[in-house]
Amino acid sequence: MTNRPEGLRARYLAAFPKTLDALPGAELGWLRSLRESALARFADLDLPEPRVEDWKYTNLRPLKASDLAVPANDSASADAPSGLPRFGDGARLVFVNGRLDAAASSPALPAGARLLSLGAALAETPDLLESDLGRLVPWQGEGVLALNTAFMRDGYVLAIDPGVEIETPIEIVFHGGAASHAAWHVRNVIRLGEGARATVIESHVGAPDAAYFSNPVTEIFAGPSSALRHYRIQDESIKAQHLAHVAAELAEKADMESFVLTLGAALSRNEIRVAIEGHHVECKLNGIYLQRGTQHSDNTTVIDHKVGDGRADEVYKGVLDDRASGVFQGRFIVREDAQKTDANQQSRAILLSPKARADAKPELEIFADDVKCSHGATIGELDEEPLFYLRARGIDTDTARALLVEAFLRDAIEKITCEPVREAFGKRVEDWIRAEKEGS
Amino acid sequence: MLQIKDLHVTVDGKEILKGLSLDIGDGEVHAIMGPNGSGKSTLSYVLAGREGYEVTGGTVRYRDQDLFTLNAEERAREGVFLAFQYPVEIPGVPTATFLKTAVNAVRRHRGEAELDAMDFLKFVRARAKELEIGDDMIKRFLNVGFSGGEKKRAEILQMALLEPTLMVLDETDSGLDIDALRIVSEGINRMRGPDRSTLMITHYQRLLNYVVPDHVHVMAGGRIVRSGGKELALELEEKGYADIASAA
Repeated sequence: MTNRPEGLRARYLAAFPKTLDALPGAELGWLRSLRESALARFADLDLPEPRVEDWKYTNLRPLKASDLAVPANDSASADAPSGLPRFGDGARLVFVNGRLDAAASSPALPAGARLLSLGAALAETPDLLESDLGRLVPWQGEGVLALNTAFMRDGYVLAIDPGVEIETPIEIVFHGGAASHAAWHVRNVIRLGEGARATVIESHVGAPDAAYFSNPVTEIFAGPSSALRHYRIQDESIKAQHLAHVAAELAEKADMESFVLTLGAALSRNEIRVAIEGHHVECKLNGIYLQRGTQHSDNTTVIDHKVGDGRADEVYKGVLDDRASGVFQGRFIVREDAQKTDANQQSRAILLSPKARADAKPELEIFADDVKCSHGATIGELDEEPLFYLRARGIDTDTARALLVEAFLRDAIEKITCEPVREAFGKRVEDWIRAEKEGS
Repeated sequence: MLQIKDLHVTVDGKEILKGLSLDIGDGEVHAIMGPNGSGKSTLSYVLAGREGYEVTGGTVRYRDQDLFTLNAEERAREGVFLAFQYPVEIPGVPTATFLKTAVNAVRRHRGEAELDAMDFLKFVRARAKELEIGDDMIKRFLNVGFSGGEKKRAEILQMALLEPTLMVLDETDSGLDIDALRIVSEGINRMRGPDRSTLMITHYQRLLNYVVPDHVHVMAGGRIVRSGGKELALELEEKGYADIASAA
């Protein structure tokens, strides 16, 4: 049965009263009322339709009509399989089907830094979350975020005290297990005190062919002069739906570097919204999306410069084969007071097949007069000229195409400043290209 | 080595080669000269196998096989090398990676063992030194940031590494200063031998002072209108193309 008459929204609404008491922080009045308000908004909004401008290119109707189960009202957690991604020997949390697998996790961090699940954070230090949880995500106006806010449970909470620098990358793994037709609405919170520094690597992976709905939402509070490197690899099951949202607030002189490598999922969206609240902020949002078959991926970013002297740089590159489709939407808002803003955006996509499709929508909303803003968007096939040049040297067409695709992606990969991540992501890109070559 | 008979080629519906015939024996050096638009570069691309050039008549036999049954990469592996008039810049592809991939593709085809990284580097360095190409050029992306002269030297380096049997040089002398012209010419001359033939396509006579041809042909209107020895090049230089072409 693939099309239950009542649809996803009705099932979620029906499940909410039964699920509420099992969700983390059920005893906290403020959180209950936040969840209830969010549910009411979801009841009104439902998941967005393509007629909503921001969702014009990504159609959630199949998800709405799917037979996905709503989040289960239990606390059982499946065991993490072996072979999950590992980048170093830093602190690590592993979530299976949206639940913390404590046995597979090793959250210990040096003094001044804590890494724990949202559930544990709500139990131990609810006051620290009360004023912030949900503050950065506009759940009142968008169904996916309203749904996540109503049903949010275990993600990770990373809190780093002022002046504390964590050198070793912190690793978070979200694994979608073989239990099919499940959904999880993960909520993560990263809070960096003044001058704090950290690197976080999120891996979103799944068992082959598992059909699930992963909906991670992350709120980032970056204090003055703090530095966060936030890396994500989305390699979900090929049948998964992945709707991720990152909302960040950057204080004066904060430095944020984000990179998203999109490989998996049937349908995915990575939305990042950054609010620049202090002067001299650096914000770098980069990504690569590689899709084939009938995969669809959407990278949507909004950088809102509220005050001046900020720098924003974006490079997104995509390679699309078969009937795959890719979307890049990038908006810069430069408000009246945000003088001396310097913002550059580049999005490029290569179509390897006549049936692949890419859409790019750069948007500049500039209300200040002394700013430098630029954007460039290109969509096209591999150039015939370099291809012929390589072939004229005896290199076969498939190898030549692979060399050119790798070359196209190289400068985006090199945006990753953390070396082990750059190498690991670079390797995954190479693997994808090699599979491409063998598959063609 | 190469027999071209009554070759007709159309590009975008327009006939560019109109019955060109040319016979190049083993070890011979031929020069084709001609005004702009006479079809010289079209001939070089057709020989190298570029798409978009429609052969509407005639034959080309290369080492006793029909050249047109081979695609571009097969021709290269069989020993056809085109030195491009405008070598393509490919940002993101390191020159060394490109050279190694190409050399090993050709070696595999010849049944020779592939070179490992160390042996390859030795091989490249030896050939590069002769062309006054330093390590820095090999470390850069392919042709990116190369001067005109460096690009042409890099083409000759590729030729020296791939060891072709038919060298097609398309305006290799254009954009070269006198020193670079000497280096490039010496590179070509080093490659000459009884089993390797050369087709030089050029607008000017000056390259032919350095790489002396056995035969010179004048091309106009998509065919060879006159052939002769090396002295024909001097006559062309003196009288210009107009006289020769109209006298033909």
